[in-house]
Amino acid sequence: MSLPAHVKSGTKQPVFAFVGNPNCGKSTLFNALTGLKQKIGNYPGVTVERKVGTAYSQHGQPMTVIDLPGAYSLAARSPDEAVTRDVLLGRRTEDTQMPDRIVCIVDGSNLERNLYLVHQILDLGRPVILVVNMMDLADKAGLKIRTGQLEQELGIPVIAAEASQGKGLIELKLAMSRPDLPLPHHRWDVPAAISPAVAELQASLQDSDQRPPLIARAEALLLLTDQDQLRVAGSQPLSDRTTTILDGWKKRWVDENTDWSGTLVGARYDAIGTLVAGCVQSSENTVDQSTSDKIDAIVTHGFWGWAVLGGIMTALFLSIFTLAEHPMNWIDAGTVALADAAKAGMPAGDLRDLITDGIIGGVGGVVIFLPQILILFFFIGMLESTGYMARAAFIMDRLMSRVGLNGKSFIPLLSSYACAIPGIMATRTIEDPKDRLVTILVAPFMSCSARLPVYLLMIAALLPTGEVPLMTKVGLMILMYALGTIGAFGFAWLFKRTLLKGEPPLMIMELPPYRRPKVKDVALQMMERCGLFLKRAGTIILAISIVLWALTTYPKSDDAIDPAQQVAQSYAGKAGKLIEPVIEPLGFNWEIGIGLISSFAAREVFVSATSVVINVEEDEEDTAPLLEALRNATWPGGRALFTPLVCFTLMVFYVFAMQCVSTLAVVKRETNSWKWPLFQVGYQTGFAWLLCLIIYQTGTALGF
Amino acid sequence: MADSIALSALPIGTSAKLVKFPLSGSAFLRLREMGLLPGTTLTLLRTAPLGDPLEIKVRGYNLTLRKSEADHVLVEPITAP
Repeated sequence: MSLPAHVKSGTKQPVFAFVGNPNCGKSTLFNALTGLKQKIGNYPGVTVERKVGTAYSQHGQPMTVIDLPGAYSLAARSPDEAVTRDVLLGRRTEDTQMPDRIVCIVDGSNLERNLYLVHQILDLGRPVILVVNMMDLADKAGLKIRTGQLEQELGIPVIAAEASQGKGLIELKLAMSRPDLPLPHHRWDVPAAISPAVAELQASLQDSDQRPPLIARAEALLLLTDQDQLRVAGSQPLSDRTTTILDGWKKRWVDENTDWSGTLVGARYDAIGTLVAGCVQSSENTVDQSTSDKIDAIVTHGFWGWAVLGGIMTALFLSIFTLAEHPMNWIDAGTVALADAAKAGMPAGDLRDLITDGIIGGVGGVVIFLPQILILFFFIGMLESTGYMARAAFIMDRLMSRVGLNGKSFIPLLSSYACAIPGIMATRTIEDPKDRLVTILVAPFMSCSARLPVYLLMIAALLPTGEVPLMTKVGLMILMYALGTIGAFGFAWLFKRTLLKGEPPLMIMELPPYRRPKVKDVALQMMERCGLFLKRAGTIILAISIVLWALTTYPKSDDAIDPAQQVAQSYAGKAGKLIEPVIEPLGFNWEIGIGLISSFAAREVFVSATSVVINVEEDEEDTAPLLEALRNATWPGGRALFTPLVCFTLMVFYVFAMQCVSTLAVVKRETNSWKWPLFQVGYQTGFAWLLCLIIYQTGTALGF
Repeated sequence: MADSIALSALPIGTSAKLVKFPLSGSAFLRLREMGLLPGTTLTLLRTAPLGDPLEIKVRGYNLTLRKSEADHVLVEPITAP
């Protein structure tokens, strides 16, 4: 075959695509080849991770490598698979060049199912390199794979590899560096019942959609198994003629009761069966339980399964709250030191205040959660890498199905108890777009750690006498977490029945064998996700910090003698007074209103904002002066402001209201529009207001 | 020869041969693509602690599916030799 022009002339880098089933070791191989030379982002218009890296050939020539999302089939069932399909078929040429060469990675211990995707890809008639990964596991399972034989049968380079040990890397690089790659001998008979349809579709795809002949044939075959017709943004649509032909055939087959897709899948598996029979020797009986099965017997056990799940979750939260403590203190100290240094080095004035109070204080207040977010990313990565994530989904599926979700929503929702940001970013493992969106929409109801300082302050202020009984404290805390959880599941149930009605989610999921975690890959992924968060949320947090600072600082008043008076007549004070009529029915005055507005930077800012407003010198070690001031705060006329009922109502408000700009920024990124984050602000805050109204008015009527 | 039963009715630990399942529905298409075809041998390994979903072993790997799908999958138990 003649090579693409740019490969021959050497003017442009050759583009390779890495393709394979999930859990085949594709990303490990990609990381090993490209190292840190990776560019990570999203495919335009769709939230599927786009990973492109640069590897170097044996001769030091750069080669572009695209790590396509894991897929079981090119007949896409998830946005991930749709992107893989579209890139390979050249349907996304606007953002991603059609790859010149394809590297297929298969799990040797699970060859037949992995080869199904390869079989579809070979239809494309492009140069392919096949990497049979996890040869050690195949060996253990008693499978002897003769790669030489496979190479002969398929006519393409076949490389035996153990990516986690770095075996096969050099051979792969050598194959990728070859100036010419043979095309596969790939002959299989399309079942007679459907071959006329394939021919007609192929002709239409060539004429009306301008596809090259082999791609047209491959695409024609795919269209017949592509029941969902899953289209994602950025994918170029098919011509009307092709669509009409396709619909015509499908209608005819339905009338004739022909199982066209089954026939097609069956024919592929028959061809694979023949291939595997000639190249793989199964020497041992496979009756023996594998280590993975033995672990599963415990991990998914009726009693021990829950114990393991509970243990892992406890370890997760313990490490978030204990391990994160020190780095959080360092960041806090660093922020203070930085602000002090700026104060010392600059003349007093608005600019200095902007930098110290606005920028350093505001950004520092969010960055302080970074250690917790990192630990969560690390845990989620480890759970994915070891294979436990799928087990947690398996165990929790029944419970999640009650509200119309599936087990895969469990870990994202659970992570949101620490911080909604990693939780929302972890929803990418949920294949169904609607399920994923519902999970994102309800995740912020889970009480995150930024709400804790607010809860603690309000619980302490609850009783005028000061000493709140321990059981009341604990009970209230549990109640707040429970309310958020009930809210999340309630709204998930509601959304799945109304706004985002869809088919009941499937739970067709592979339980991959347990693997030793690849700490390097997990760490790399953790840093990537963290970088994405900082890039996305950082600018918005910076902007909001400056705006909030300006709101509390301007207009300047000459006769303000203390900070509280300054705040009172600032824009923030005016805004607080402006919203007072709206929040007064909840028992909140304008001073609380300022606290609510300030919480948009991060919820825990409520504490420091309130300190300023009610004029207490803030002291982090000792909240006694603040508590004292809270108890003395009154409405005009002398009625106490922070009654137990108001404290309780305020806590409930913090459970439900959407007040976190960082979360909104991440939701915007993960849903690709401002529509959903704005919807969250509306429905969550609206619901919080309504619920607080009921609580406060009922409470007042009952004499609390 | 044993009679066909639903996969969801198969006793845990038993192997069976797949007989048939519905022609339409994206769930069943995906099951086919994951290698479950008429004639394929599978083993029901266990159910989740709450009784649903099911975990089966097919073509050397483990797969989960819900009872609601398994109800429509007809299998023929393989009696121990």
